[in-house]
Amino acid sequence: MTDFEATNLFAQQEANRRKSRWLVAGFVVFFLWLGLGGDWIAYEYTKGLPPEQYRHGFPVLGAIMVLIAGGLVVNIRRSGASKVLWSTGAQRLDEPATQDERTISNVVDEMAIAAGIPRPTVWVIDDDDPNAFATGMKLDASHVAVTRGLMTTLNRDELQAVVGHEMGHIKNLDVQLMTLVAGLGGAIALIADGIGRMLWHGSHSRRHGGGFSGGGGGGGRKKNDLGPLIVVLIVVWILSWLLAPLVTRLLAMSISRKREYLADAMSAQFTRNPLALASALEKIEQAAAPTKSIKHGVAHLCIADPLGWRSSRREGRVSDLLATHPPMASRIARLRQMGFEPASV
Amino acid sequence: MGMIVPIVVVLAVMLWVIGAYNGLIALKFQTQNALKQIDVQLKRRHDLIPNLVQAVQGAMQFERGTLQDVIEARNKAISAGAGTNLQGVGQMAAAEAHLSGALGRLMAVVEAYPDLKATANVGQLQEELTSTENKIGFARQLYNDTATLYNTEQHQFPTALVAGFARAVPAELWEITDEAERAVPKVDLSMKKA
Repeated sequence: MTDFEATNLFAQQEANRRKSRWLVAGFVVFFLWLGLGGDWIAYEYTKGLPPEQYRHGFPVLGAIMVLIAGGLVVNIRRSGASKVLWSTGAQRLDEPATQDERTISNVVDEMAIAAGIPRPTVWVIDDDDPNAFATGMKLDASHVAVTRGLMTTLNRDELQAVVGHEMGHIKNLDVQLMTLVAGLGGAIALIADGIGRMLWHGSHSRRHGGGFSGGGGGGGRKKNDLGPLIVVLIVVWILSWLLAPLVTRLLAMSISRKREYLADAMSAQFTRNPLALASALEKIEQAAAPTKSIKHGVAHLCIADPLGWRSSRREGRVSDLLATHPPMASRIARLRQMGFEPASV
Repeated sequence: MGMIVPIVVVLAVMLWVIGAYNGLIALKFQTQNALKQIDVQLKRRHDLIPNLVQAVQGAMQFERGTLQDVIEARNKAISAGAGTNLQGVGQMAAAEAHLSGALGRLMAVVEAYPDLKATANVGQLQEELTSTENKIGFARQLYNDTATLYNTEQHQFPTALVAGFARAVPAELWEITDEAERAVPKVDLSMKKA
């Protein structure tokens, strides 16, 4: 990262957008390969056959993968946020009664204006650990939930910065993106599991004298030679499927971390006060108790990992590859740079 | 066959012109909308002031001048804000900046009356005023960001070629012109819990 990129919040936003766009593109390409790779094998396998036999022309497997993805998109666009909010026991804040509640309600108003988006509904979670998350599949029906611990731990500026981070997630449509990526990963894991079982049974029955016909080909056809291309394709494709659950998870988590950096930079844009978010993150890190009311499913939408993995390890460790959030230390360092302060104090 | 290349080029240029034109129009309306958002927040502030004055005037018999300043600045700001467009922003900004200055002085005086500050009503009004000042600031920030985008777009090549056609005129930014507001130290109303 150049000095200009480090200190300019718009350049930081652009850098994170660009990186996460590449990661999403990689995810899509991998997903399509899982379907189209099979079609390619079937095409190569059947292209030499006489015209009266089946020849693989239309990419059926690719079409199935696209249908799965399309179905997920439609499903996600329809589903509401109520399930997530219900699972955390959040209560809707309509009539702020205490000074804290009035402040959070006002802060959400302010950040909605700064972000130029419709005001999200505010929810309060009865939990002493400071944390917050955003949810909602549409820009005009979004929700921000904060814990009581957040309201008592942070001052007004820090609260504003945290709400700004959540507004960043809402404005960037991160809820849709991450739900879709998680959904596709889940679908792939299910199919890969099925394929793994099939292979296991296939090799098992062969040992007992049964025939393993190899993919979609019929048994009684004229023998045609498997060229080296087909063998390589089959090996790579099956390996891709076996590794698919791990690969999609790594990609999804790395997209999630880029979106966290982006939301931090969005908060800096809305409040023009990156140092407030830096000090909020420091306070949240110090209160490292896990947020009991927030379950694993919404972890990637929170301001800080609710499961208590908030240590300040450096980036690059293996365990970091599976984390939803970047290490706190590097988030705080980037915010300090945006605020023209030395990265470490 | 020889006709295809020119036709494709003409079509591409037409598509670009339509896109650039619509982009400018969209930005113009976004800028106007952002200005309206400032108006909404200013109206909130104007409505809040009579409540504030009423809540504090009993206890502040000796500070008549400060209260009077706020009331006058409010009335001036209301008349300056009537019917502004994207090119008359400066005048409105000046009147509002003057009001901000007067309000800041009033709140500084309120700080000097601990009994008054302790009243629940005044505490609540302080939070409302903090929030309203923030909202005005953020609405202003959004307006300036959108207007800058609009101004940059209409001056940059090649979009500048269709700017005249889209009747794009630079929008005035919301600037602090009032020397008093620049000079007044920021009063801490954030009610920090330390």
